[in-house]
Amino acid sequence: MTPQTELDAQVSQALAYRLTAMGDDELLLGHRNSEWTGHGPVLEEDIALSNLAQDEIGHAVMWYGVRGELDGSDADDLAFRRDPAQFLSSTFVELPRGDWAFTMLRQFLFDCYEAESLPRLARSAHRPLADAAAKAQREELFHLRHTGLWVKRLGLGTDESHHRSVAALTAMWEAFGALLAPLPGDEQLVGAGVLPDWSTLPAAVFARVRAALAAADLDPGEDPVVPPLAQRNTVSEARTELLGTMQAVARADPEAVTW
Amino acid sequence: MIAHGRRNDPGTWSVGGTERLRDAAWRALTTVKDPEIPVIDVVELGIVRGIEVGSGPDGPYVEVTITPTFSACPALHEIERNVTVAIAALGVEPRVRTTLSPPWSTDDMTDEARTKLRQFGIAPPGRHDGLLEIALDAPVRCPRCDHPDTRVRNAFGSTLCREIRTCSACEETFERFKPL
Repeated sequence: MTPQTELDAQVSQALAYRLTAMGDDELLLGHRNSEWTGHGPVLEEDIALSNLAQDEIGHAVMWYGVRGELDGSDADDLAFRRDPAQFLSSTFVELPRGDWAFTMLRQFLFDCYEAESLPRLARSAHRPLADAAAKAQREELFHLRHTGLWVKRLGLGTDESHHRSVAALTAMWEAFGALLAPLPGDEQLVGAGVLPDWSTLPAAVFARVRAALAAADLDPGEDPVVPPLAQRNTVSEARTELLGTMQAVARADPEAVTW
Repeated sequence: MIAHGRRNDPGTWSVGGTERLRDAAWRALTTVKDPEIPVIDVVELGIVRGIEVGSGPDGPYVEVTITPTFSACPALHEIERNVTVAIAALGVEPRVRTTLSPPWSTDDMTDEARTKLRQFGIAPPGRHDGLLEIALDAPVRCPRCDHPDTRVRNAFGSTLCREIRTCSACEETFERFKPL
């Protein structure tokens, strides 16, 4: 294991960028799903999705925390006091929550991505990252069990649930491919052993997704295109709208740091 | 305000040595309960990863290392505060640090904690030795009538660590602490 002190400045900067992007993805997805809190179709599902949302936000705190150890940044500052242009979230997590099929399929695809990325990150040469990934990995088991069942229910349920699922997959497919695109600096992280087996990640994720969707009679067609380099700096309308809501309270009273 | 532990002159600890202080710290931590399950303390829960005793610029200190149960568990902040108060009551400087490694598992919970959970009405997690999926789907006994035929009502519950089940025999709905 390479202790974090051995990271050179370039690798450290690349890692801070990746941790920010990962934290932003978890935070925004958690926030999107929290929009269902109090509005779930039935109480049990309201509670379940709120639990999932809380987990993802907790994981965002972990990634921001690992970044904080590198550069002294603060998780609350990163979440509540950055402008939309400074976020590195993917379009995939920013898209409005849509209907129940869209919400569940998006969470399921994200869970599949994490089911492949977290075990890899748990073998990272950067120990704090590996520890956080190992922690998150256990909790993600509950997510995949839950959303995997929903994919089956939706795909095999009624004509309407099936059609809505197909429509949801179609609407998010391109963005799902973009979620997996390498970030600037990833190459250095791979070279430093910080991101082990990273080149095999997209294929492993798609294989996992395809198998689960097939069992639910859902065929998404071709694998989505993974762009050669992620463009995370583009501010989407959805990102601005989401952050406007999420940061409203913190920005209304910057002095309020606890409650 | 401080209910447990007595205030000591920090100097007295150097007489009895660090072992005595370490023991006192462990005992003090048994007064810190899980805010969401007030019948079990943080030591039984298995989230105390270590206690280090030393001498700082302000006299003796006790550094307690704790680990979160679920990473998004909001109780951790309250636990940190309560650990600080319990250690400060020993008359030494409290230090609390958190670690994620090794990640907490319900296997870290003592048998005593499991018994207390059951008496409290929460079905305790079975030991899994890493085989989490098998433990998750293993039969769960009703904490009220002890019948083994219970079913999942909701895989998620009032806190991140619990699911909701119903007993087929007595029809009671209860919570289960999920294996992790």
